[in-house]
Amino acid sequence: MKYVKLLISFLLTVGIFYALNTKLGSIPPLGKFLNPTSGIWQNETDESITGEVSIPGLTDKVTVHYDELMIPHVFAQNEHDLYKAQGYLTAKHRLWQLEFQTHAAAGRLSELFGEVALEYDRTERRRGMGYGAEQAIAFMEKNDTETFAFVQDYADGVNAYINQLDPKDYPVEYKLLDYEPEAWSPKKTALLLMYMTKMLAGYDDDLEYTNMLRILGKEIFDLLFPDFFDITDPVIPKETDWGFIDVPQTELPGSMAVLDTITETIEKPHPDNGSNNWAVSGAKSETGNPILANDPHLGLNLPSIWFVMQLSTPDHNAFGATIPGALSIISGFNQHIAWGETNATRDVIDWYKIEFNEDRSKYKYDGEWKDVMVRVENILIKGKESYKDSVLYTHHGPVVYDKNFKSDNELTGYAMRWIGHDGGNNQKTFIELNKAKNYTDYVDALQFWNAPAQNFVFASTAGDIALWIQGKFANKWEGQGKFLMDGSNPENDWQSYIPQKFNAHTKNPERGFVSSANQHPVDEDYPFYVFNDGYETYRNRVINTFFNSKDKFSVQDFKDLHNNTLNLKAQELVPYMLDVMNTASLSEEEMKVYNEIKAWDFNNDIDKVGPSIWKLWYSELYGLLWDEFDIEDMELATPYTYQTIYLLKNYGDHEFMDVVATEDDRETAKDLFLIAFKETVKQLKEVEKEDGDYKWGNYKGTYTGHLLQALPAFSRFNIPIGGDRNIVNATSKNHGPSWRMIVEMTSPPSALGIYPGGQSGNPGSRFYDNFIDDWAAGNYHNLDFLQSNQATNSIIGTQTLTPANHE
Amino acid sequence: MNKNIINFVATIVLAALFSLFLPWWSVMTAALVTSLFIPLKKASVFFVPFFGILLFWAVYCFVLSNSNDFTLAKKISQLLTIGGNPYALILVTGIIGGLAAGVTAIFGKQIVIFGRQK
Repeated sequence: MKYVKLLISFLLTVGIFYALNTKLGSIPPLGKFLNPTSGIWQNETDESITGEVSIPGLTDKVTVHYDELMIPHVFAQNEHDLYKAQGYLTAKHRLWQLEFQTHAAAGRLSELFGEVALEYDRTERRRGMGYGAEQAIAFMEKNDTETFAFVQDYADGVNAYINQLDPKDYPVEYKLLDYEPEAWSPKKTALLLMYMTKMLAGYDDDLEYTNMLRILGKEIFDLLFPDFFDITDPVIPKETDWGFIDVPQTELPGSMAVLDTITETIEKPHPDNGSNNWAVSGAKSETGNPILANDPHLGLNLPSIWFVMQLSTPDHNAFGATIPGALSIISGFNQHIAWGETNATRDVIDWYKIEFNEDRSKYKYDGEWKDVMVRVENILIKGKESYKDSVLYTHHGPVVYDKNFKSDNELTGYAMRWIGHDGGNNQKTFIELNKAKNYTDYVDALQFWNAPAQNFVFASTAGDIALWIQGKFANKWEGQGKFLMDGSNPENDWQSYIPQKFNAHTKNPERGFVSSANQHPVDEDYPFYVFNDGYETYRNRVINTFFNSKDKFSVQDFKDLHNNTLNLKAQELVPYMLDVMNTASLSEEEMKVYNEIKAWDFNNDIDKVGPSIWKLWYSELYGLLWDEFDIEDMELATPYTYQTIYLLKNYGDHEFMDVVATEDDRETAKDLFLIAFKETVKQLKEVEKEDGDYKWGNYKGTYTGHLLQALPAFSRFNIPIGGDRNIVNATSKNHGPSWRMIVEMTSPPSALGIYPGGQSGNPGSRFYDNFIDDWAAGNYHNLDFLQSNQATNSIIGTQTLTPANHE
Repeated sequence: MNKNIINFVATIVLAALFSLFLPWWSVMTAALVTSLFIPLKKASVFFVPFFGILLFWAVYCFVLSNSNDFTLAKKISQLLTIGGNPYALILVTGIIGGLAAGVTAIFGKQIVIFGRQK
């Protein structure tokens, strides 16, 4: 008996230990997680912002003043110390996010989540994310040891922080998922930059277009997907003279697209990833100083993608938004200039069909067999044996699709040619911009930038404004890269690049302002091939109309424009629909909604019902119109909004208008308006029944989601903010202006900024999401640009980082 | 009765001490030691260390969380679907610590009995 009792009590003890020390499904190991001495209760705290911290490898003291927004103002004596401090401070406030983002970039999420993430990881590996990061590191090591040393400094700074931590200090997410931070390395910075490249330049529809072309033929395809819409209001003004370009476009080789059937393609970045930026010249500014603004539209997450810092040495002083993992200020200003980016959305990904020999060790090229390079991706999986994926590389790039991935063709595959794989020195652009003093320095800094192609807006205290569309662009032949190409034909390779100095740009244009909103970079007159790979057509026109509307602009005008909710696409379609739609059959209930949208002023404000009616109506209509392209086992693309609306208004009787499911009837655009409208009313009634009303604020339900699949406890829901996609205030449900900045080029510049998050990555800190309410209300914070290492009234704490080896 | 109080206090003191260099299972270690050296009887075997650690953890949690307006406790309480109430989370935390300690103490008691009867 005593043995039994001993044994049972022993087993009970072991059992309870195991149960409380092990992560079971999604439940964290409760003993580890909840105990007050090392569990989450230790995270119930604000950050420490005073005292001294010794950091190995610093050469001199670094002073960090924190203001009441928890923005660190960093005063270092040299750049090496500065980037060590940036690494250290970023880790201090955002460690989990910093590491998680690069795990995601590298395709390493299975390590944390198990087999559910395997498909994601394989996609990222096959996209060549790790390969591209390695190319970037190799390029830096070979060509620019100075930048590489800074990247190493940043890594040292991050690691100095990690090495100071006890397990009890780990961010909450580590405790929740039960793992530990690993050492940071320069490769992780390269991975982060690849992540940005993917997010912003990883979108393409080449394979979908190939399917469309095969089904539709060229004529109809061109009607649905024109290279230019009937209106263009490009980034670089139409009147620009391109006479200085003396390199011709690559000649058309007469090669044909390969019309394969593609059944499945890899996941694409969010199509709304985009941004606005603009600047007005001194002559167009009420105060006589140029003013510049930038608001990048990205996923609205917590912790936020941005972390605001002031970074200074005795030689330069920069302030603005940083991205955890990358060095220096990304969107910001210094004492002389201000800069910001929007996505240039150029087509920098092309696809090639590859034909292999029997054992897939060689592929056909130019009538011969070329060797395949094999890269084995070893994917670690939590709780399982690791998965090995052999990815075949050609001179084009990785063969993403082959018999092992989303394809069943034994001896063929599709290889990706992506500028992101070419290696490059993107980091240097930002390091140089942080120090730039004038237009020349800005242009010099840009030349290092390969990808993702960006519209870099610029303004200086000297009075210049400018905008360069910078990236490394292939000089393509007319039509190259729109569809799948034959990878064995050398004519289909990228033949050369557009010389950097011929990248489209404008300096001090006559109209007195520059702007970009992801629209067409140039009009048809630009001498190189540029096709429409998803350009925006609405925000740009609202912005440019605004700046053409009067002579002088103020900072207040800039704020108003950021918060502008005019829904131009609704304005361009709704009156037409109301006009031509047959209302005879509308019920009383439907008539009520009809009158509601008729009374709408086309602003997507939270207290209006018009935006909700429009959103549902248009989405119903779009689905009905392009029902032809909802085909199983085939990846297809549907036309862009602008062209869709153009066709509805100008091709109302086209056979596309017919609804496939109704065999006897032949619908026209008018009929679609009515069918979609009736369905809209039905759905609105359901929304009303559930939520009480269908006002835009509630209906949209904007939220900022925690990076762990919007874990509700760490996210913020129902944020009262207007706007939507294709609106200058581009806030949709979970996407929008992730950072808003306005800089007036006084000496030194005076700036406003805000983002939907907070400086702390700790959900237990009051600085985790404290900016959200002001952001939603359209307010800004004054960015306190300290001119010397003296704490001012607004400084709430000062921390000194001291060299560890000098004690 | 007296022994109960001694065990109660000793368990808390040892748990606090051990937590300086051991992970969360310091409370199990503390309960094991006290159950071996200050053996109790019947239900007290379990309940004295149970309430000792429950009190220790709950008070400690309260002190940490109270100074930060229970910001994180509310969120974790929501995360673990216990209603977003920080006090509920404090109680749950205390019970978890208490259970671990109490069960370990039962094991300790069996060791003592086993040793005596040998």
